[in-house]
Amino acid sequence: MGNKQTIFTDEQLDAYQDCTFFTRKEILRLHGRYHEMAPNIVPMDYTKDPDVKLPIQLIINMPELKENPFKERIVEAFSEDGDGNLSFNDFVDMFSVLSEMAPRELKAIYAFKIYDFNTDNFICKSDLEKTLNKLTREELTAEEITLVCEKVIEEADMDGDGKLAFADFENMISKAPDFLSTFHIRI
Amino acid sequence: MSQPVTLCVPESWDGASLDLSLSDEGAVHSSFQQLLQEQSTEELELQELTPGGRENPAAGRTEDWEEPEPRGEHPDFSSATLRIVASMPSRTIGRSRGAVISQCYNRTAKLRRRSSRPPLHQISRSARPSLRQYDLELDTGHVEQEDTQSLLVKELQTLSSSQRSHMLQAMPVSLAEKLSLRQELGGHRSTLRKPDRSRRPLSCCGQLKHDVLIGFRSLWDGFLSLLHSLQPWHHSLKQIGGRFGSSVLSYFLFLKTLLAFNVFLFLTLLIFVVATQAAYPPAAENSRLFTGLELLTGAGYFTQTLMYYGYYSNFTLNDPCTPGDRSCQPGKGHLPYNMPLAYVFTIGVSFFIMCILLVYSMSRSFGESYRVGSSSGDFAIKVFCAWDYKVIQRRSVRLQNENIRTQLKELLGEWQSKSRPMSLCRRLGRMVVLGLAWALSLGTVLGCVVAVYYFAEHMLKVHQESQARGSSEARQEAFLLVLPMVVSLMNLVMPYLYNLLAAWEKQESPVLEVYMAICRNLILKMVVLGLLCYHWLSRKMGCSEEDKCWETSVGQELYRFVVMDFVFTLLDTVLGELLWRLILEKKLMRKQRPEFDIARNVLELIYGQTLTWLGVLFCPLLPAVQILKLVLLFYIKKTSLMQNCQSPSKPWRASHMSTVFITLLCFPSFLGAAIFLSYTIWAVRPSRTCGPFQTQETIYESGKTWVQELEKSSPNITWFTWIHQHLVENTFFLFFVSGVLL
Repeated sequence: MGNKQTIFTDEQLDAYQDCTFFTRKEILRLHGRYHEMAPNIVPMDYTKDPDVKLPIQLIINMPELKENPFKERIVEAFSEDGDGNLSFNDFVDMFSVLSEMAPRELKAIYAFKIYDFNTDNFICKSDLEKTLNKLTREELTAEEITLVCEKVIEEADMDGDGKLAFADFENMISKAPDFLSTFHIRI
Repeated sequence: MSQPVTLCVPESWDGASLDLSLSDEGAVHSSFQQLLQEQSTEELELQELTPGGRENPAAGRTEDWEEPEPRGEHPDFSSATLRIVASMPSRTIGRSRGAVISQCYNRTAKLRRRSSRPPLHQISRSARPSLRQYDLELDTGHVEQEDTQSLLVKELQTLSSSQRSHMLQAMPVSLAEKLSLRQELGGHRSTLRKPDRSRRPLSCCGQLKHDVLIGFRSLWDGFLSLLHSLQPWHHSLKQIGGRFGSSVLSYFLFLKTLLAFNVFLFLTLLIFVVATQAAYPPAAENSRLFTGLELLTGAGYFTQTLMYYGYYSNFTLNDPCTPGDRSCQPGKGHLPYNMPLAYVFTIGVSFFIMCILLVYSMSRSFGESYRVGSSSGDFAIKVFCAWDYKVIQRRSVRLQNENIRTQLKELLGEWQSKSRPMSLCRRLGRMVVLGLAWALSLGTVLGCVVAVYYFAEHMLKVHQESQARGSSEARQEAFLLVLPMVVSLMNLVMPYLYNLLAAWEKQESPVLEVYMAICRNLILKMVVLGLLCYHWLSRKMGCSEEDKCWETSVGQELYRFVVMDFVFTLLDTVLGELLWRLILEKKLMRKQRPEFDIARNVLELIYGQTLTWLGVLFCPLLPAVQILKLVLLFYIKKTSLMQNCQSPSKPWRASHMSTVFITLLCFPSFLGAAIFLSYTIWAVRPSRTCGPFQTQETIYESGKTWVQELEKSSPNITWFTWIHQHLVENTFFLFFVSGVLL
């Protein structure tokens, strides 16, 4: 509270506080984390809103994401160009949605985006297979994978088209009280 | 790019009770199937309800709610149209910004119009939300997006700032757009409110107000950041979650919650009772010397200190009126402080506030974790919700992969074996085993209770004999340590026996196994505590003579129990985790490490907290002891966890179990302590020689006499005494209030 920081203007910090689930201190801390990933590219002065994006290879090396099997999908879901390059706003957005205070509906939307590998707005059988392989590190047999995929679609698909739309996904999430605690990364 | 669909709620349905959230799309979505079947009736309904305002996109007009339009474009929602609409990818989240923004606009509009109650006939009573209240639109123009955005901005302005903040935070658009929306809001706000602000310089009052507001804002931000920095152990919790996941983390979060409760209790007691008494120490000096044994026994030097009930005065401190003398000389700076009243009121009020806090956190946790619905969906939930994103260490991640694989295989096996039901013989065999196990555990509880009872009686006799014999004080007090040690030993050993019993039982579902373990341990602990409470109150610690202070003795006993509980928890950590790991690694050469038994450890925490709540009346500084104990326990448990334990292999529903724990904290634990406290206050005669209630028949009497004095001094407030008499004394009302709170 004593020293005046020059990374953001006060209005910018207020705006971040209103639009995300972080406080000013946490935003400054996030900027520190963003900066230390590429100190030569990321400027310390964000008052003029510089247009700086970090490539996906740098982001997925963060300790919070490094061992996560879905790390590429997480970063791609939050990047505006879809390729995984995150600006500081995208970076803050990502951790804000994954924080403790984000509501269930918001988390469900992004979880759906993450598990939708071919980005066709449906979780089809191939998406499910990829998810399962990532979850179990490909240690399930092909027969087991097929069985599990069938069961999942049978349980969650409501309109009978053989794939999960967002409504099906969200309906299923609403039955899982643990979703809020597991879909959470502490930063 | 898929065609975006806008859902517009006609203004005629303002205040309709259906909450338009993004999940309602699913509800609408699923209703298509039924609509396809009930086509004919729906058509009629749709036709009669649409003159409520529709937007005509082809005309390119902005939303004009009042003007009804002939239903030219969509004369009948045929099954084909519904099918097309249902299959549109934009029904999912892949819709354009325009649709998302329109959706959010509708939600904010809804929020604004929610002020009035809707007339009953407009509320849809059908369980199946139908298309009736919605008007499907196919938004083709890009121009629409800009208009919708400006409308959204206008709507957001009408909300209060906190609601606006909530809306912005929960919007599923990228942060850059949220920031630009907010900027637009800021711009609009100034032009709407003070149109000539930019022209006139601010007057001095306006400038002052502006500065005051800025000052408050920065003060509020400072307070928030202070609160966040006071969040202790952020890094430790992250480390624990990163290695062990949400399940083990829930134990440490529960510990943090208990710490918060104790800090609150301690601060209240400190301000109103302890500090004021410390400012006016009694005349008698402390005759004993400090030896090290006091830290364990709580007796000796500590007996005549602020720690116990016996130290507190039974008169009004700093009283300007001398008793017996009718004249009062109120001097400068004299503030009379009625100590007995303060004592009983502080404890009563702080218990009441804690009850409210507990019930509130229980209901919030319950709301989040309780889900109505079929138990199907195990596979889907396992695939999408089982991966714990908090886990960041490589080894733990590998373990998690293995666990999920095992759980999926188990689920598959279970599903395949469901087709083969268990034979009658096997089912009978299982019932017999279950019955036997429960009979055994209840039998051991009974055995333990009887043993504790006789042991307590025996120790009392021994203590009295040693007093009669005149042996040293230290020896006498050391004898008193034996009962707490025995009880803590029992609490340490019995859970392991119950684990063995559960291993023999071989329950199929691990969830049920955890529940049974919790039940058995809880029954044991609560029954033993109940017996001890009865023993203390009935025997009054063997102080049948008039010159002894039985409340201080009970307080000392509870202090001993708390300290012994801590010592034995330490012992349990060292033996159960450290020693076991060494044995497994060195002797048995197994790579597996012991697992952290979450349920047992949480029950130990609840037990310790119950002891604190039971003892707070007799030992006002007991919450401070408990705070110290909890802080030390955090670090010890964390170190032991990191060194000795491995991640849990069984599935653990973290949020569900957290609800169970906080319910257990509220119901047997807090309720039991509150009942004990109420009984002591209402029905037990305080000792005649010490404490704030020496001269009264019951502790409650002090409150009653104060009310009577109030009545005498100012007859205008008889309404207060009437409330007091009829409501507080009427226990039925208390039950009613607690029922309402729940």
